Amino acid sequence: MQIEVIVNLKKIKMEVDANEFLADTLRKYGILSVRKGCDTTCCGLCTVWIDDKPTLSCTTLSFRANGRKITTIEGVHKEANEFAQILVAEGAEQCGFCSPGFIMTVLAMKNELTNPTEETIVHYLTGNLCRCTGYMGQLRAIKTYLGVL
Amino acid sequence: MKTVGKGISKIDGMSIATGKPVYTEDLAMANCLVVKLLRSPHAFARINSIDTTIAEKLEGVECILTYKDVPKQRFSLAGQSYPEPSPYDRLILEEVVRYIGDEVAIIAAVDEKTALKAMSLIKVKYELFDPVLDFEKAIGHASIVHAENDVHCNFDIGMKKDLNIVSSHKVEVGNIDEEIKKCDIVVEETYYTQANAHAMMETYRASSYLDHTGRLVIVSSTQIPFHVRRQLAKALQIPASKIRVIKPRIGGGFGGKQTSAVEIFTAIVTLKTGKPAIIIYDRKETFSCTTSRHAMRLSVRLGADSNGYIRVVDIQGLSDTGAYGEHASTVFSVVGDKTLPLYNKTTAVRFTGNVVYTNKMPAGAFRGYGATQGAYALESTVNLLAEKLAMDPTEIRLMNLIKEGETCLTYNGKLLGSSTLHKCIEKGKELIGWKERYPAQQIDKNRVRAIGMAVTMQGSGIAGIDTASAEIRLNDDGNFTLLIGSTDMGTGSDTILAQMAAEILEIPIENIIVNAADTDISPYDPGSYASSTTYVTGMAVVQAAQDLKRQIIESGAKFLEVSSEEVEFDGETISMIKGEGSVRLEKLAEFLVLGTGKHQLVGNATYGSPVSPPPFIAGFAEVEVDKETGKIDLIDFVAVVDCGTVINPKLARIQVEGGIVQGIGMALYEDVKFGDKGKLLTNTFMQYKIPCRKDIGNVQVAFEESFEKTGPFGAKSIGEVVINTPAPAIAHAVYNAVGVRVTSLPITPEKVFMGMQNRINF
Ligand code: FES
Ligand code: FES
Repeated sequence: MQIEVIVNLKKIKMEVDANEFLADTLRKYGILSVRKGCDTTCCGLCTVWIDDKPTLSCTTLSFRANGRKITTIEGVHKEANEFAQILVAEGAEQCGFCSPGFIMTVLAMKNELTNPTEETIVHYLTGNLCRCTGYMGQLRAIKTYLGVL
Repeated sequence: MKTVGKGISKIDGMSIATGKPVYTEDLAMANCLVVKLLRSPHAFARINSIDTTIAEKLEGVECILTYKDVPKQRFSLAGQSYPEPSPYDRLILEEVVRYIGDEVAIIAAVDEKTALKAMSLIKVKYELFDPVLDFEKAIGHASIVHAENDVHCNFDIGMKKDLNIVSSHKVEVGNIDEEIKKCDIVVEETYYTQANAHAMMETYRASSYLDHTGRLVIVSSTQIPFHVRRQLAKALQIPASKIRVIKPRIGGGFGGKQTSAVEIFTAIVTLKTGKPAIIIYDRKETFSCTTSRHAMRLSVRLGADSNGYIRVVDIQGLSDTGAYGEHASTVFSVVGDKTLPLYNKTTAVRFTGNVVYTNKMPAGAFRGYGATQGAYALESTVNLLAEKLAMDPTEIRLMNLIKEGETCLTYNGKLLGSSTLHKCIEKGKELIGWKERYPAQQIDKNRVRAIGMAVTMQGSGIAGIDTASAEIRLNDDGNFTLLIGSTDMGTGSDTILAQMAAEILEIPIENIIVNAADTDISPYDPGSYASSTTYVTGMAVVQAAQDLKRQIIESGAKFLEVSSEEVEFDGETISMIKGEGSVRLEKLAEFLVLGTGKHQLVGNATYGSPVSPPPFIAGFAEVEVDKETGKIDLIDFVAVVDCGTVINPKLARIQVEGGIVQGIGMALYEDVKFGDKGKLLTNTFMQYKIPCRKDIGNVQVAFEESFEKTGPFGAKSIGEVVINTPAPAIAHAVYNAVGVRVTSLPITPEKVFMGMQNRINF
């Protein structure tokens, strides 16, 4: 079937199977920042925004995105770079495989939470797994980024 | 130093953080055939018949391969220097399947859907055998996991395949029986360490194609490109010169990608069809059809005199390697190698035991590589001994631990290089608040907080075996290209190796292009494992840079028409020490490459170390245990590290934090479990829990630098040692909280709760 979506502000027609998931469709259409770590909604790697809400694309059927606005890290280049710079300065990205999904969640959190505390930050990001860094460096970077003491 | 010791950001940091297409799947050719594997549903069986005719007729199916279609040459998938100490016990596909998930057929089709459809059309009939599932019953089991005659080893590792023994190991110095009699106190305990999954975020994957000269190119998420090339040549029976292996960015490895899980399948498809192909394991396959940490049983006996001097260390082990023996003997021997030297007031030490085959997913290399299992068993027993002697556990260690410049029974008179382990313990005590808080404090009616500790050592590379090369080229514009074959898997090793080269050449790190790893281009490197990259490849880089610097000085002198002794190089200009003459590096480079100089400068070096100096860690855990439920919360973990000189404090710190958190996972949550028919049960992140942000409490890292004479700028390793202390330190803290000694990992609330009820050990 065909769906029409707005990916990073560009209207695209996509050919999808009825049982195809959005993460796979986006990759098929060249959005390679979208990655899967599990396909069972456990890891958060596949996080994209649908209508500005962070969503796990590994388990979202592509046709459900029909007519909606999808944002990936390619579409929030400026904000992502700003945070990535702090993250990298902290040394807190290792293999980087988890980064796009993680950064999309961080940026969504920034929009969503007012005056976050360390606790609310950790809670918001619990679904984003990282096997390399041990999370502490990521937390330091987020606190710097958001100016949380 | 200008560059070494500085917290420089990773050279690939921004691109990987912002999702650039730099990983294996991103780089695969369009129109790759999709490779899928039909797997055995039985733990141990022989394929009586396999019928692929209907499947082959399906439109879009390119090829289906069974055991009849593959070379009959046994090989090992272990990423080790040749001749590998792992047995050659594999075929690409075999008539006998040895675990649930073992490969039965390779299917390549135009897309995944077609490949899966074809898979469902293959008809296989099996003759079932009684599987060997309990590793404690493997020796002498009626079933023999590897009964075939062509299994062989490059040298004697003590294989007795009729008994399901892959390898036997024995190190004994001094007379244990005599010395133990002289001890005032003897403690003994048996421990079980579980299998763990690496759970790197990028699952196993590789793609392949034939290049313009018909050579086989493999792009793989691997830690060991050169070993992969050699293994493929052997398994496919083609010359290694016909194979090129490229490693792009990797989404984590942790030792898992030191065993080549997938390359062979895509490679054989490309060879047979001439077409590009790709294989990507999903998470379930990654959990159930690759490798895990070796599960072990370790019995430790310690004898000491009444003053608290440890005289006897006696460890007996049994290790479960599963269906194939990758890293079987070496992981096991490391248990002893990284425990017996620690306490050197001993008069007798011993480590013995066997590694056995079972019909389960194979075990393989995993960060820590046996030292982790050994540290848990030994350190838990040292804590037990301290208690029996009514000694402070840090005191017994300060009295007994080996110091810089000392030897121990297994070192054969050789002396330990750098160590600040004693300082690490002192520093750790301060950071965790040992004086005020050891052993425990009641928080309220139910909750107790307590602390515990452990120490550990690892190695830096494999002494006398692994050898790395490095090349640095002075380019026409005065910049440099550093060519290495080591495999940065996220650790930042490409960056720290560039730091080392920059330091020697006195140039900014931005002037260096790092290229790694590609077997056509990179100089030989075994790959990144065994904590070798900083130490072994690092030394090769240092020497290559020195070689190039010498050549720059010589060429500069020649250009200025004076002798080398009369000039100096400051990274920018070669100038006469006395007098006016000078030439800028860009100018010299241009002259050498493009002009009449006609000699592009390349520095190179090959380095293998005769020693493997150990890094050390003192780890301290504070836990809170709920006495009503057994629930354990990790409050604080302190790791004080001696990795020699810290080349890049920022990247080293993250290495420590990441390793500690993996260790916490092993201590508290992670457990590879099999059902009673041998099926792996923990095949998603729902069943196999790795730590999330909420599980780890606070992790504090500090360094007590030492200077290792044999290392680059005094550095040792850091990659593996970091995973070893959480399990024993947390077990100790839990004991101090509620008096339950958990002797099998992971330390779950159930075990703690049951322990409190029954006051028995788990
Ligand atoms: S891939 Fe979607 S949550 Fe893991
Ligand atoms: S950096 Fe590797 S998984 Fe997060």
